[in-house]
Amino acid sequence: MYAFNYHRPSSLDDAAKLLSSASDGKFLAGGQTLLPTLKQRLASPSDVIDLTGIPQLSGITVSGSAVTIGATTRHAAVAASAEVKKAIPALAKLASGIGDPQVRNMGTLGGSIANNDPAADYPAAVLGLCATVHTNKRTIAADDFFTGMFETALEEGEIVTKVEFPIPKRAGYVKFPNPASRYVMVGAFVAETADGIRVAINGAGPCVFRHTEMEAALAKNFSPDALKGIRTDPAGMNNDIHASAEYRAHLVGVMARRAVEAALG
Amino acid sequence: MTNQAANQGIGQAVRRKEDFRFLTGQGHYTDDINRPGQLYAAFLRSPHAFAKIKSIDTTAASKKPGVVAIYTGKDVAADKVGGLICGWTVKDKKGEPHKAPRHDIIAVEYVRHVGDQVAVVIADTVAHAKDAVEAIQVDYEVLKPVVDVREAVKPGAPQVHPDVPGNLCYDWEFGDKAATEKAFASAAHITKLELVNNRLSPNPMEPRSAIGEYDPGTDTTTVYTTSQNPHVLRLILCAFVFGLPEHKVRVIAPDVGGGFGSKIFNYPEETVCVWAARKLKKPIKWTSDRTEAFLTDAHGRDHVTHAELALDKDGKFLGLRVDTMANMGAYLSTFASAVPTYLYALLLAGQYTTPAIYAEVKAIFTNTTPVDAYRGAGRPEATYVVERLVEAAAREMNIDPAEIRRRNFIPPTAFPYQTPVACVYDSGNYAKALDEACRLADYANFPKRKAEAARKGKLRGIGLCAYIEACGLAPSSVVGSLGAGVGLWESAQIRFNATGTVFVYTGAHSHGQGHETTFAQIVSDKLGVPLENIEVVHGDTAQVPMGMGTYGSRSLAVGGSAIVRAADKIIEKGKKIAAHLMEASVDDVTYDKGVFSIKGTDKQVPMAQVAFTAYVPHNYPPDLEPGLEASAFYDPSNFTFPAGVHIAEVEIDSDTGVTTIVNWVAVDDFGKVINPMIVEGQVHGGIAQGIGQALLEGVVYDQESGQLLTASFLDYCMPRADNLPSYKIGMIETPCPHNPLGVKGCGEAGAIAAPAALMNAITDALGTEKIDMPATPLKVWQVIQSHNFAAAAE
Repeated sequence: MYAFNYHRPSSLDDAAKLLSSASDGKFLAGGQTLLPTLKQRLASPSDVIDLTGIPQLSGITVSGSAVTIGATTRHAAVAASAEVKKAIPALAKLASGIGDPQVRNMGTLGGSIANNDPAADYPAAVLGLCATVHTNKRTIAADDFFTGMFETALEEGEIVTKVEFPIPKRAGYVKFPNPASRYVMVGAFVAETADGIRVAINGAGPCVFRHTEMEAALAKNFSPDALKGIRTDPAGMNNDIHASAEYRAHLVGVMARRAVEAALG
Repeated sequence: MTNQAANQGIGQAVRRKEDFRFLTGQGHYTDDINRPGQLYAAFLRSPHAFAKIKSIDTTAASKKPGVVAIYTGKDVAADKVGGLICGWTVKDKKGEPHKAPRHDIIAVEYVRHVGDQVAVVIADTVAHAKDAVEAIQVDYEVLKPVVDVREAVKPGAPQVHPDVPGNLCYDWEFGDKAATEKAFASAAHITKLELVNNRLSPNPMEPRSAIGEYDPGTDTTTVYTTSQNPHVLRLILCAFVFGLPEHKVRVIAPDVGGGFGSKIFNYPEETVCVWAARKLKKPIKWTSDRTEAFLTDAHGRDHVTHAELALDKDGKFLGLRVDTMANMGAYLSTFASAVPTYLYALLLAGQYTTPAIYAEVKAIFTNTTPVDAYRGAGRPEATYVVERLVEAAAREMNIDPAEIRRRNFIPPTAFPYQTPVACVYDSGNYAKALDEACRLADYANFPKRKAEAARKGKLRGIGLCAYIEACGLAPSSVVGSLGAGVGLWESAQIRFNATGTVFVYTGAHSHGQGHETTFAQIVSDKLGVPLENIEVVHGDTAQVPMGMGTYGSRSLAVGGSAIVRAADKIIEKGKKIAAHLMEASVDDVTYDKGVFSIKGTDKQVPMAQVAFTAYVPHNYPPDLEPGLEASAFYDPSNFTFPAGVHIAEVEIDSDTGVTTIVNWVAVDDFGKVINPMIVEGQVHGGIAQGIGQALLEGVVYDQESGQLLTASFLDYCMPRADNLPSYKIGMIETPCPHNPLGVKGCGEAGAIAAPAALMNAITDALGTEKIDMPATPLKVWQVIQSHNFAAAAE
């Protein structure tokens, strides 16, 4: 790890100011990606600005229509929340399966989606549930938020404050973990929402994406059988020593069917 | 025997004495040790698999804060430091010694694998040392590497060493070629397999670490290091690398957090620490990070094999022939040459009466991390070949896999049994182990379970492995005749204190095996001393007189036997003291479990009183030396041959290719068992590693660039708890007839048996032999796709 200046501001304004005044500043939320990167000397920010000291970024509120989760809320808190489990059980289940207990006790929702690792879990829920991302500057629709591998619509200095998940009629999330890292190799978040059926696929491609062919099929018939025969094109799938593009494309179908089963309970 | 000692002796599942300090974070590992004035080493490592070093510029780096010195291979060469050695010379088919190219502790002209040492920075902190490493400028001429043995032997392949034509370390053979060819000519059936034994990274929990320290006042060099065999390391450093006198070098291997073989060897980094410490007259510490461990800890396995089994019409094995290419990596590691030869081909008889066996092994250099012994070392590779062949032959000939083994087992009446590949098996009852394993696995009802699984859309398979291993390494005269550079005895010393407590000094080294408990149990049993009054001392050449270390499941069979011999000497002397105290003739003294008595009388003297008298000899035999201590060396007359049967049962999800282990039975014969709990733990750990090899683990190099693609746990898949089943463990016991404890060794058995059992189960489920380890979900799915099972499952 290289030396850097550490800051722990207590307000969003202070956090934004610290970043803009730093020569190469980085926001730190749960640190589950940034800290290993720093430890391996793969990044050398001048300043690390810890967002976990800002009170309004943390917490869970559930209304009749939405679950709203603060950006620095730990995965473990979401997984353990009785209200989340009741309102969107698939979301609580997703949070309970991220990494391991150590990761879940440090990692945060905001950090996960701002990083937009293709193998992260939360982007599938944000996209699959048609959530709204709130920042210190604006709100961003899920469909506009994830723009590419490790890329989002966030501008320089923009901080995710909370994510508002509309409560769906039903939803299910199933993932196939990478055998070694246990990150998502292929995941499917399927939801029947007010906006219609949404199928978000993570892990398989460079960025979480909606599987519109599956959405159309499920809109006609919300059952695993509706997805039989839908082939996912391996072109554009990730390809590594753990899974070929063809295997990932195949698993998209398997995970989506199982996610529908999960949604149906 | 005293009451306290009654439930602590041989055969008792005593809790491990050492666990309190380990579980409470009070273990004392090399990296926990800090010496006054200590400096830190960090290595610049080659980013290329193969390159010529054109120039190294350390100007900017040497100006970095805290830098004390920067050394390159030329600095080491200028001090005439010897290269690292291979301690076992294998002679090829023509009787020529193997090719052991020079292995400099810092590369001089070429780097030969990613991670090869290019320079070392010595600085006041680790961070400063690493900062300076990044500032060293190296101009490389990048060369095309070769990482796969099949490519390395082709004409025109990159030459890893200029003095090793064709990258061929040796072309070796063993067994009777003519007899084997004759057997194949008469065969009713021949089973053939192409097998890859995947390369593994050992990944002990504690990474390697070393401190070199030099005391100019006494001209003494001290090395703290993560070693499985401190005395052997001292010998190598003194006699071969530095030319130092052994009495001026002390090697301390304190608590060591796992080795699995990888900490047997002499490595460049510890050697550099010693060299630089002597040069700078400052203690120098280096601790590997996990990436360095992946890049530089000696890997295991990496064989490519063509194997054939000849059978008669009834499934009797007539002959076995094996053609193996073994990847040595970029350099010949300390015992690398022996692993695919004497620890491999000599085990190819397995548990069977196969009369004719012939093996050819080519050892090949490649631009990869050196390969050496890893838990099992050659014996897992041999077992994998034999047991995959046997299972495949049974399937091809439509004979039950258990039955074909029964037809070919060496019968219990045939021991000692001379195999056609040099070994004389000591004892065993292979059919008994198989019967017990089949009973525990409910083998007879497997077809019902397979049918039931099929109804759920799952592919179910069962696989057997009847393994054998040669342990308790080994008779010095035998290993010497095979090319070993060392003897393989073990030493022990037992020293009573006046108050009746005991030190036991052993040359074996415990890095997870529980010697502090098991060895204490032996002494407790023999001498009647409560366990808590016994301290087992190991891992320090200044305390333990001599030793050969721990590997090859030898510590108990060889080191434990030395302890028994030393205890016998204590008892013999104790009888003289006791006879004097009881005013009797020594010939009338009997000894049993800590108490000396006189036949036909009620006279008794306990061991504690004898020990006290030995040190406070006011009333003492006039011709006897005071004191109560004894040393013993034990050189075994044969290897031991643990054996057993494992049965694995799996279910495969044909939608995803995921294999779930639904049942695992292990029935082992380790001879006499000292501590059944520790033995069971060793079996569990060994199976976990074997399952890791078969299902999860595999070192992957990029074929073009030679980059290590599995350089972290993100990509190198270690077994986790949820990958492993609960095990059904059974034991049978045929005592080893040639050592005083009747023990055979248990440390490697699981890792030897498990891969073949699991792959036999997976190939049974898939209906094809054509899948290599690790059988990842990707590979299993690909096999299913090629067989068009997927359509059937939908």
